[in-house]
Amino acid sequence: MATVELRFSALPEHVRTARLVAAAVARRAGVDEAVLDEVRLAVGEACTRAVGLHQSAGISAPVRVSLIEEEKQFSIEVGDEAPHTVPGDKSPGAQGGADGVDVETEEDEMGLAVISGLVDDVEVTAGENGGLIRMSWPTTPPATLVS
Amino acid sequence: MDLSLSTRTVGDRTVVEVGGEIDVYTAPKLREQLVELVNDGSFHLVVDMEGVDFLDSTGLGVLVGGLKRVRAHEGSLRLVCNQERILKIFRITGLTKVFPIHTSVEEAVAATD
Repeated sequence: MATVELRFSALPEHVRTARLVAAAVARRAGVDEAVLDEVRLAVGEACTRAVGLHQSAGISAPVRVSLIEEEKQFSIEVGDEAPHTVPGDKSPGAQGGADGVDVETEEDEMGLAVISGLVDDVEVTAGENGGLIRMSWPTTPPATLVS
Repeated sequence: MDLSLSTRTVGDRTVVEVGGEIDVYTAPKLREQLVELVNDGSFHLVVDMEGVDFLDSTGLGVLVGGLKRVRAHEGSLRLVCNQERILKIFRITGLTKVFPIHTSVEEAVAATD
């Protein structure tokens, strides 16, 4: 099992880098060319969500991305360290002003909606110590030469 | 690649030509542009997405925000897009029902519902 790991400060400008790296590793792993756009978008959504969670919770730790090449599949794990509350709960640190909180929640949900619409094999877990989005795609093994 | 924005007026419509990648980093620039147009009294917008290479949910959020603003002034926000990979994101999120999506700027500018 080969893995590429990426850790980046929770800043919007690094999300593009994560997309580019993920797409490059996915291509190398044998993910179908036609699916690479989906990989790029899904990993971007997951990283955007993690960056937002870190920023709104004031977490200085980096966002973690693992790109895992397995025998017949390629998986991406995007991990954050934000303590997750039960959906629907108002987070205790939420700023009072205007409608900023609701907008953030909506965007967060839209990101997840895009991921679940794009990726068939996706798992979202969250706990007090952070969340993890794991997404997998099938890979085609390199064509064997017929003598 | 970064985001490029340019605007021009066609009749009573303002066409916003967007190029490059709309993501969490660049979307605020698009938001600023749309807010500025509405504040300056342009309520009928056509956003030309033909030069967009990448669009994520942050970008969708900005477009929905723009739509909300123009609607507050009984305006309109139409999109021009023929790229399958971009259209797919609108379909997944159900936003094809929210935005009128046209195949050319000419068509969008002429449309009145």
